[in-house]
Amino acid sequence: MLKRFGLARRWMSFVTLFLLVAGLTAACDFGGQEPPASKLPINGEVSLAGLGASFPAPLYQNWAVGLNRVHSNIRVDYQSQGSGAGIENFIQGNVDFAASDIAMKDEDIPKVQRGVLMLPMTAGSIVVAYNLPGVPEGLKLSRDVYVGIFSGQIRRWNDPKIVALNPGVTLPDQGITVVHRSDGSGTTAVFTKHLSAISPEWQKAFGEGTTIQWAKTGNFVGARGNEGVTAQIQQTPGAVGYVEFGFARNNKLTVAALQNKAGEYVIPTPESGAATLAAVALPENLRAFISDPEGKDSYPIVTYTWQLQYQKQPDANKAVGLEVWVEYGLNEGQKAAPELGYIPLPKVVRERIAKAADTMSDKYTITLKDS
Amino acid sequence: MTPSTALPERRSRSPQERLIDRLFVRTTLVLAVLTGVLLAFIILVIAWRSLPAVQAFGLNFITGSAWNPVPGREEFGVFPMLYGTLVSSIIALLIAVPLGLGTAIFLSEDFIPSQPRLVISFLVELLAAIPSVVYGLWGIFVLIPLIQPVARWLHANLGWIPLFGTEPVGPGMLPASLVLAIMILPIMTAIAKDSLAALPPELRQASMGLGATRWWTIFRVLIPAAISGIVGGTMLGLGRALGETMAATMLIGNANQFQWSLLAPANTIASLLANQFPEARGIQVSALMYAAVLLMLMTLIVNILAEVIVNRLKAKYE
Repeated sequence: MLKRFGLARRWMSFVTLFLLVAGLTAACDFGGQEPPASKLPINGEVSLAGLGASFPAPLYQNWAVGLNRVHSNIRVDYQSQGSGAGIENFIQGNVDFAASDIAMKDEDIPKVQRGVLMLPMTAGSIVVAYNLPGVPEGLKLSRDVYVGIFSGQIRRWNDPKIVALNPGVTLPDQGITVVHRSDGSGTTAVFTKHLSAISPEWQKAFGEGTTIQWAKTGNFVGARGNEGVTAQIQQTPGAVGYVEFGFARNNKLTVAALQNKAGEYVIPTPESGAATLAAVALPENLRAFISDPEGKDSYPIVTYTWQLQYQKQPDANKAVGLEVWVEYGLNEGQKAAPELGYIPLPKVVRERIAKAADTMSDKYTITLKDS
Repeated sequence: MTPSTALPERRSRSPQERLIDRLFVRTTLVLAVLTGVLLAFIILVIAWRSLPAVQAFGLNFITGSAWNPVPGREEFGVFPMLYGTLVSSIIALLIAVPLGLGTAIFLSEDFIPSQPRLVISFLVELLAAIPSVVYGLWGIFVLIPLIQPVARWLHANLGWIPLFGTEPVGPGMLPASLVLAIMILPIMTAIAKDSLAALPPELRQASMGLGATRWWTIFRVLIPAAISGIVGGTMLGLGRALGETMAATMLIGNANQFQWSLLAPANTIASLLANQFPEARGIQVSALMYAAVLLMLMTLIVNILAEVIVNRLKAKYE
């Protein structure tokens, strides 16, 4: 009796589950009917596989969803596996496009027979964040001081050098714990490139790279990913570390005002990042590393991040799809950027990217919308 | 079984059946060989790809403590990570063995009724079902803040001992070892409990019959008799601790430097590999492969040791 009842109940739950799934599927179908038939010169559907840097991944994934909503026959899958993996797969031709925080090196470019377009699709700031209860945002750190902190020379928060820069701020007598990335990362590469550019001593002792050998003196802790560094800073009073702007803002980390080349102290904001981009001239190949920007309002640590596209596109469908993808990124995509913590591109840069990317397909022309 | 009953049975197998028998034996042979080939293949590829680093750094790789992948100034030494791997695993064992053995004794004796015992043993086994990333998160947000006052006290009062010689910063050898201990606890407890429970009841009865107390029976009869299982479980736990990646990397602080202090950040080989593989290029990949070879060697030695110990003890008590 009991057993049979149990069986019946199980059947009932199966039926319920089935109905639920069927209902959900129907609901999804209903929602998917909205987008109008595509007017693009594409036969059937195009699916584009991209892979690379993790820094722009949230933005690119946001664009992929947005683009699919406008053109339901274009699907973009972006996998965040790191700039190194992006470049590697791009050279081997495993992907339709790749992304890299460090663009591509000169010696790697000839390895790609189909030709390379390096498109700086978005940019971001790297901030120095700290956990000092009672010390407000915008602690001023001069170039000497932040190089000193990250090289293990300045080891206490009440170091006379920091105190002298910040009159009116009470700094605790506490050791500094430097939190750095333990995994290889473009963020570390950009940060150490900047430190190398402003300090010959840093360049000599540590250099630049996706992973470096940190100082042996002082307290250094490695954490995995931007989220790991963020959590570590939040957990450790006296900690300081470098993370991408978006992570610092979303987690409400307190950030330092860094001294730029002109000698001004600048807090990282979308505006100060945009000021940096405006002060940088892009070369012919659109690859500009901003190691130490000019300009009074420029935030000093800003980087472009690149989409790598093939110049020659044997598949006409994919070529159109990729141009539409770039176009979306340059138009609607730039509006999504600040919400996710990225810096919108200046108009001049958008125009130059549009011109460069338009060479991929002759069936489609990229048009910029004025924002 | 006498031959007279066995023979007709054997004769009655038809040729088809015999063919199937043979095929079955062959299939199991192929499967067994495949497993071996797979292992050999993995070792070969890793060893092959580690060759450039072996040639470049030789044995200095094991004793050196620089880990610098910056292009143009590459230098790799894995000593701090070797040390970190060994020490974190040994501390984990020191904590987990008494805890696990105690739990196993409690669960295999009738100190309490069997119903609640079942619940406890289920809970212990459930520890094994928690993903290591959850252990890592728990370590960051619960364990580290919890042990921070203790660590500070240790440094303030016993700072003259090198083991507590640095100011605690949060992540480090100590929290990583504690979490590793919890992670290897279920497998050790389960195996120890099973080997205690599998002992013939006559053993206990005989011991009691000779007038031994329960203390005597547990520590002088039951544990020695089950020792091969207990050691085997411990070695499995050690193997897991040596190779644990995610929880270790989240808690150990990933500092590629050697320090005596348990409160200082350290690193393990598995954690180093997980951190650096995705962005590694050139000689760095090869250096990581070299480190992987060393990690494999370490686990191999642990397994051989376990086998030797188990055989020795078995000979003694059986």
